[in-house]
Amino acid sequence: MEAATAARPRRRRRAFLEERRFLAPVLIAPACLFIAVLIAGPLLLAVYLSFSDATAGSLTGDWVGFDNYLNAWDNPVFRKALWNTVLFTVASQVIVLIAAGLLAHALIRPFRGKWILRFLILLPWAAPIPLGAVAWLWIYDSLFSVVNWTLVHDILPGGGELLPYKIVNAITPWTIEPFDPPQWLGDPTLALGAVISVHAWRVIPFATVIFLAGLASIPKEVDDAAKVDGATGLKKFWYVTLPLQLPIATVALLFGIVFTAADMTVVYILTRGGPFNSTQMLTTWSYQTGINAGSLGEGAAISLYLLPVLAAVAILMLRFARRSEVS
Amino acid sequence: MASTSLREKLGSYLVVGPFAIVLAFPFYWMLWTAFKTDGDLYNVENIPFSFTQGSPTSRNFTFLFTDTQYLDWLENTAFVGAIVVVITLVFSLPAGYALARLSGGWGQSVGVGIFLTYLVPPTLLFLPLSRVISELGLQDKLTSLILVYPSFTVPFSTWLLMGFFKTIPRELEDAARVDGASRLTTLLRVVFPISLPGILTVVIFSFSLVVNEFVYSLTFISTSSEKTISTGVFTELIRGDVFFWQGLMAATLIPSIPLALLYNVFLNRFIAGFTGGAFR
Repeated sequence: MEAATAARPRRRRRAFLEERRFLAPVLIAPACLFIAVLIAGPLLLAVYLSFSDATAGSLTGDWVGFDNYLNAWDNPVFRKALWNTVLFTVASQVIVLIAAGLLAHALIRPFRGKWILRFLILLPWAAPIPLGAVAWLWIYDSLFSVVNWTLVHDILPGGGELLPYKIVNAITPWTIEPFDPPQWLGDPTLALGAVISVHAWRVIPFATVIFLAGLASIPKEVDDAAKVDGATGLKKFWYVTLPLQLPIATVALLFGIVFTAADMTVVYILTRGGPFNSTQMLTTWSYQTGINAGSLGEGAAISLYLLPVLAAVAILMLRFARRSEVS
Repeated sequence: MASTSLREKLGSYLVVGPFAIVLAFPFYWMLWTAFKTDGDLYNVENIPFSFTQGSPTSRNFTFLFTDTQYLDWLENTAFVGAIVVVITLVFSLPAGYALARLSGGWGQSVGVGIFLTYLVPPTLLFLPLSRVISELGLQDKLTSLILVYPSFTVPFSTWLLMGFFKTIPRELEDAARVDGASRLTTLLRVVFPISLPGILTVVIFSFSLVVNEFVYSLTFISTSSEKTISTGVFTELIRGDVFFWQGLMAATLIPSIPLALLYNVFLNRFIAGFTGGAFR
């Protein structure tokens, strides 16, 4: 009798842990709490700062309403940065989608040497990007750029007529002077192109991998059915592969948008927003305003201009998640 | 099963070949530059794709390890990475399992919610966090990074683990529970051991997120001995207009190779977890 009462509390605790209704929240709560403290907290703090005149050295300031947002908007550099961010994101994502689509379709087939080629293609994503960007800094160097060396030296068979820069001049609208080679990071237009290309370089492997997963998940029967119906080549791609691929391609694209629009690493390492703010992005401009110039409030406001983009992506993601749940 | 035709194979090579060359070129270039002498590197008359004037040399590697704090940065990165991975597992293992198995309908929504917080980028949070870090007196201390990094590794890992746990057959757990094991015992003795490949994947990818992080590290740490490789290489080996290019390339090459090999080994599991969570 006595033993039974002593055992009861323990049994009750055990029963409590056996109950899914209780155990699930107990296991999930720490992670949620942690995320709330480290993400929701700072995010709200950022919103608060953006409405205050806080400067470096303090965490509080006087309420100034929308002043920071309006001041930021009035600065031509900000509008340049906003436009650059849009251009940077759209251009690099277009490159990524085309390249990854081609690569995934080519890599889905078995062929000799596929393993090593896949490894080489994965490298830009697998290596840390702050280090990869430094390698590009060297490739685009003003004096010793290997790209420029290759352009103006006689490396193709055929002698002086087939110098690479002559070919570029002949088949593209650009003109390259051999004694004044392109300054990839020093010329405003080229610098924007350079940061776009490096970011695309970085994201292509990730998108390829996701596309490959999507292609591999298309059942063999669908393939066979398409063949029986006589769908081949482009037709098959348009009516069979593309619709089936669309959900996973969209997910890869949404990811790409967020991690491009909000990325500072590539631009900061390659150009720091220069020359003459020609590659200034919302992220680098927010860093310069908030950290280097010490205007915490305005810096926070600048970075929060990104929030609508993130919110739109989040809503689209949720919609996709719900749809796949139903199916 | 129709075999791939010769034309299709040729098409694959024609697409994959050029892309592989362009995507891998910077790594080839790191390798080449890292072994060059000053005389060879800074002479435009030399062909950059070959070695002359004393190249190849291992001097640049010696310079990196003896005359710079590169080894410190590697150690700092490994230290921060290891602790962050442990913290990440402590939070995300239970949550990932509960979301996959115990929570029923609302689990999916909470899972997606946690995942969405991964989309809140450091560039939105670094300004308030930099103030909080200095209020706490953690500026220039690795503790600041250990505190902040789980904010992106925990959501990411919870999502991946949720995907992995969903692929484990329920019968295994049911069998253990019929034998009288409690839910927690089942979790520790049955579920975690067979999920080991998935957990290792999470370890690799969380660690790699830490190595890739740049903004927080740049903002919080300015003492050179406390830097991680992500910022140390870029801020310390470039002094004003003086670039130690060979040392820089050696420094970028060394961490890239092992990480790339690990990625390749765990890639298929990563894809399974990443896409298996909700987007099947």
